[in-house]
Parts: sequence; structure tokens; C-alpha cells
Amino acid sequence: MKTLPRADVAIVGGGWAGLLMAKELGARTGLSVVVLERGKPRSANDYTDGMDELDYAIRLRMMQDVSKETLTFRHTSKDRALPIRQFASFLPGTGVGGSGEHWTGIVPRFLPDAFEVHTRTVERYGAKRLPENHSIQDWGITYAELEPFYTRAERLLGVSGKMGLDPFEGPRSAEYPTPPVKMGYFPSLFVTAARSLGYHPAPTASANLSTPYRNPDGIIRPACQYCGYCERFGCMVGAKAQPTNTLLPVIARQKNVTIRTGANVRRVLHKDGKATGVQYRDASGEEFVQPAGVVMLASWTLNNTRLLLLSKIGEPYDPATGKGHVGRNLTHQSQSRAVTLFFDRPLNRFMGAGANGANIRDLDGDCFDHGPLDFVRGAFIVAHALGFRPIANFGVVPPSVKTNWGAEWKKAAIEAFDCTANMGISGEHLAYRTNYLDLDPTYRDANGDPLLRMTMDWNDNERNMIRYVSAKMAEVGRAMGAREVLTPPLARRYDVVTYKSTHLQGGTIMGTSPANSVLNTWLQHWQMSNLFVLGGSSFPQNPSGNPTLTILAQTLRTADAIVNRYAKRPGPLA
Amino acid sequence: MRRRHFLTLSSTAVGGLLVFTLEREPMRVHAQTDRRIRVPLRFFDEREALIVAAAAARIFPSDSIGPGAWEAGVIVYIDRQLASPFGRDKNRFTQPPFEEGVPEQGYQGKATPREIYGDGLALLGRDFDRLTPDQQDAKLRTIETTYFFRLLRQNTIEGMFCDPMHGGNVDLIGWQIIGYPGPYMSWADHIDQHYGTPFRPKPRSLSDVLGRKVKPWEDEA
Repeated sequence: MKTLPRADVAIVGGGWAGLLMAKELGARTGLSVVVLERGKPRSANDYTDGMDELDYAIRLRMMQDVSKETLTFRHTSKDRALPIRQFASFLPGTGVGGSGEHWTGIVPRFLPDAFEVHTRTVERYGAKRLPENHSIQDWGITYAELEPFYTRAERLLGVSGKMGLDPFEGPRSAEYPTPPVKMGYFPSLFVTAARSLGYHPAPTASANLSTPYRNPDGIIRPACQYCGYCERFGCMVGAKAQPTNTLLPVIARQKNVTIRTGANVRRVLHKDGKATGVQYRDASGEEFVQPAGVVMLASWTLNNTRLLLLSKIGEPYDPATGKGHVGRNLTHQSQSRAVTLFFDRPLNRFMGAGANGANIRDLDGDCFDHGPLDFVRGAFIVAHALGFRPIANFGVVPPSVKTNWGAEWKKAAIEAFDCTANMGISGEHLAYRTNYLDLDPTYRDANGDPLLRMTMDWNDNERNMIRYVSAKMAEVGRAMGAREVLTPPLARRYDVVTYKSTHLQGGTIMGTSPANSVLNTWLQHWQMSNLFVLGGSSFPQNPSGNPTLTILAQTLRTADAIVNRYAKRPGPLA
Repeated sequence: MRRRHFLTLSSTAVGGLLVFTLEREPMRVHAQTDRRIRVPLRFFDEREALIVAAAAARIFPSDSIGPGAWEAGVIVYIDRQLASPFGRDKNRFTQPPFEEGVPEQGYQGKATPREIYGDGLALLGRDFDRLTPDQQDAKLRTIETTYFFRLLRQNTIEGMFCDPMHGGNVDLIGWQIIGYPGPYMSWADHIDQHYGTPFRPKPRSLSDVLGRKVKPWEDEA
């Protein structure tokens, strides 16, 4: 095993969080920074040949190679976990830019109450309304503390939107950097109908630009062309903010930052309570030690948690006793298969972009009275024209058609193809003692390391919430003129077969004390102060809307703390 | 090395059947000649190809509504996919042990797509392509719940609507019958127009748009 020259900071993972941290430290300090990315290099110019649904959206050409590493899944600790042999429920990214290359670009701020779910719910409804077996807790920071960093993150991306239309949005110190994107027909129907029923639709905050924009780093990106090849694709013109078009050009000028690809980090090395570096394997199979003064994990929710478990840092969560924190509070997204609407006129849905459309927050968080209801919290609801591609979307037929092949189905599916649309219901997923991550005792990855094991199932709170919200959205759908509306319930049991979102949270959660969390609110490990863990693994639970903007804001907050405090005087920040 | 196999088709069967109209209605025209062409097969032999093609043509039949799997070249698409890394499960986690799970854990079988098709050919029988359409439908109904049928149905939809570089969607037949234009670089002047009325630009393939050939993933890996 070869030992490399020491770096001041080693960052594991070259996605949004890792590269943003590298860019900040590169620009604002003289620290030497090495980013270790296990996938391949990428540049903003890689996507000209990429408008192919089959290779990119169906065969998942840009995603993590599941043949080498996956995770196992079971519903409860009594069940036998089996490997997820093909990704479907969520789609982990890989390579430089990570999932940030093929994301959707929907960038809402979280509602202020999302950071204090436990406190606010108990205050308003009493502790007995918290679901059975929950492990909900407050984040330890407030929306107000994060607000300046939300503003900075929005300026980094050039977020398109308009303030003042959504009465539930937290106070903003600044207008969106760019005006809202143009709206397709389907979302425009939603806006009119939702408003007529007393809801408050607003253009969805979009990282696909409405107009050309120059960000504070001098990066210029063009306006979105609404080509319909957005989520699961890299942007051909660079209108969608991606690490390769927003961060890489800045990092390329920084002499103190190095990005090393093909470097698969297997362990965080540590001695006497301090991280000393990382051990990785390169693409040829050779092992290296990268010594470092500070180690930062930014390798997505699952791998961040797995690296702490494999490196034996902190106490693994034990669901039987409730002791230990590493791996607990795993949450996904209680996404229903969404409300499906059948219209009697064409929607021209091939046009669009990931965040092209409108959303309402009237049924999100605690924006409505749950007093008489059988659940707490809610859902971020969107109607988007996100580019309706034929392989994924052909074949949806009204329930009167009882077959899914043959002449009758073909006729109905051709008629329905451009007359069908879905509302997206991103339901909040609360944390439960029974949903967690640990290491699998049987299955291993291509390097011989144990796979992560996911134990996860749905609970009544989320089932009841989706039922309620879907019924409300069916009313909106009928007001939009849909002749038929389908509202599938949340599946009886969690599955890894149908896509929900690539929003997984928890495993290395942040909190107010070592007694309730792995990290302090600066995303610094409570016991190992030169170890930081960035990204959604720090979220105590899933707060409905898309997480990337909050991940960027938190990363900027941690970067400030390192530049202003830690670099001068290393040690615990809280 | 395997002997080279060809699928012999008349030119009327691989496109040339449609002219594009601005409505979504495809219009049948007669092919100019009845030339026979030979498509080289990468995975199936000719008998196997005819059987799978016949099954795909019942899933997405050719009828008065418009052409189907046969004219779109779905069998050529499936043949190429099975010959590619997809066919041997290069992009699936195939570490043992293989154990039966619950449906929510997803497909846990050991069989690759090639092996699943092999099983499927046995289920369909040697004379499937010579049965009447009603007999073929009756046979397919008996295997509707098998992995083979589900994979065949999925692959048929893929072959109908993929970019033609993958072998299916010949002459953009699939996109024409549903009014899908394919990849265009920009809809910026149209996204907030045409509200409630059909906007049906002439379909174009990725090679049409870029003005050069693009290599599909199955030819790279």
C-alpha cells in the first residue's frame, strides 16, 4: 500500500457538496484540498450526444454501476435482506458531479417549521399526535440561521422564481436571482384551477435558468431551451446548474485543489480519536493511503453512513435498544405514484424541463390544521411539464381498459399518450425507530467489503397523509378539466421497484448534543472533530421538498465555519 | 464462433409504410417495390427471431390504428439488446446467493435476459409464429405473469419508441403514431404556446438533429 503526500483536507465524493466545499476552501484559504471521486471524470461538454431516452433514462447510463456495489433491503429487522439488484426506487449518481449532473433542478427552500418538526408538532397538537415508534427530532438550527446561506446558494445556481406568491415560504432577504421560467400548458392549467379552489400556486424554484445569468464566481450560463431531456440527463447547453458547469470551471483555476477520479475510498483512517486520512483503491486495484489533516465525507447519504460503519467510527444504531446513532433515522420520500389525470385534449408534453411548472405548499408541513386529521405533516405538490418521453410514459390507459397489451390497449394508449399528465406529490417522510441502515452480514461489494443494509417500511402517518392529499389534488385535477383522475394510495409496503425520488436522508444525523446525533450543526463529528460529513445524511428526517438547495446552504455554512474559525483554531465548533 | 444468421424481411415490413401527417393519424401507403432484404442477426437464429417477432407483434399489433412492432423493427432492437452487455446482465448486481424474496425486493433471479428469452422461446413453442393471431393471443395469455412476458412487453415498448440508432422505431414509425417529435435542441419559442391544441413537429432522430452518427451504448461496452 502506497502512502501519498499529506493533504490539508481530503474530501470523499465529487458531487454538489464535495465540489462546493472544495471550491470554497480553494478560493478562501491556502489549504491543500484533494477530492477523491470513485467515478469517472466529466466536463460540461459531455452531453451533446446525450438526448437518448433508452441509454440514459431507461438503462441509466450515468448512474452508479450496480454490478459492483449495491445495498440490501428488507422491511423489518425480522426479515432476510436481499440485494437491490437493479436500482429503481432511487438512482445514485457517480462520477464527477454525481447526481448533480442528472438531477431535476427543483430547488425549494424548506419550510421554516421543517427544522423544528418535533417542537412545533408537540406545541400545536400535543405529544400524543406524534406517530407510534417515531424518532422525529429538531435539526438544532432554524430557518433564520440558514437563510443567508440559502440566498448564497440561490445566487450560485441563479435560481429562477418569484417571491411573494407563496405565503408559506420563509422570510427571504432577497428576490430570486432570475425571474420564473416560461410555463408549459399543463402547469398553467394547474395554476388556474388551484387558485380557483383557494390554493396558492407559485412558480417552482428552478435551477434551469429562465434567462442567461452570471453568478458571483463569474460563471455565465444560458437560458433553458425546454428540450424535455432534463432529469436523468446532463444539460446540453448548461442551462441547468450542474457541478461541471457551475463549480468545475472555478476549481480548474485553483492551484490548491486536486480532483482525483477512479479513487474509491474504502475507509476513513483514524488514531486516538482523530482522523488521519483515508484509504482508497484506484481503478487498477492498487491501494493508497491519502493522509489528511481534515477528512470530509460528501459521498451521498448511503455511502457516508457506510464509510462510518466500515471505519468503525461512532456507535452503530441498535434498533432493539435504541442505542447508537450511526445509521438511524433513515428516511426516503413518501411519494405516491402521483395523481394521474386524463384529458380530452393534447398537452404537448414533450416540451419541458425538470423544474418547469408550479407548486403549492398549502398542504405541506404544518401549513394547514391537522387537528381533526389522522396524520401530521404534509407534501410538496407540483405540476410540471418535465418532458414526457415515450418509452417511460407510453402505455398508461384509463382503468376501463383491463389489459396492458394487444389491440385494445394499443388504441387506448395511443389516444391517452399526450392527453395524460401527473401531479407530483413529494410527501414528507418522518423518521421511525424501525427504519435504519447497518452493514449486511452476507453480501459484499466488488472489493469484498460488506454492503450496506437498508431496513425500511411505510407507516400509517404517511399512508393517511398521501390519501388525504391525493383526494384534495383530485379536486384540483377535475377543476383543470380532467375527465378521469386516478389517485393511487401509498403502496402497502415500501418497495425498491418503483421510482420515488433520489432523496434519501439520515444515517449520520445532526443535532444539539452527542446524546441525540452523530454530527453537530456544523456537520462536524461530535467525537472526531477533524471529520465532517456533508449532504442529506445529516438531515434528521425528510422534509417533503427537494433537498439539494438545503444541502448547498448547509455546505456553505460549514465552509464559513471552517474558513473563519476552524482553520485558525482546529477543534470542536460546538 | 456462431454461424451468421439473417432475418429475411420484405421491404414493406421494415417501414416505408407511413407518410407523416400533421394530425396524429398515420396514413398507409403502399411500398413501391416488394424487395426482400436480409437483416443480419446478432443473437437469435432466424427461427427464434420469427417467433419472438410474432409475439411482439401481438403485444403491439399492426392494425387499422397504425403499424406495430413488426413494421417498427422491434425484433431487430431486441436482437441487438440481447447481444449487448444488457443481454448478459453486465449492469445488474449478480453476486450470489440468489434467494427468493418478496415482490418489493425486486427481481432476484439468476437468469440473464438472454436466458429469460431462452425460457420464453420454450414457453411459446416451436410453431408459435405459424399459429393464427387468436391462437397466439391465447398462448400469450397463459404466460402473462412470467418474467419473460413482462420483459418482452417492456422490450417491445422500448423497440417501438427508442431512437432508431438502437434498431427499433424504423422510419420513426413509433414516434409518428403517438405524435412524439424526438430530440429537438429547443422548444423555447413553443413551450408557452399551442395551449390546448396539437403541436406536431416532424419527428427527427438524434442523428438527424446532430447531423452525424451517434454510437449507442450497446455498441460501446
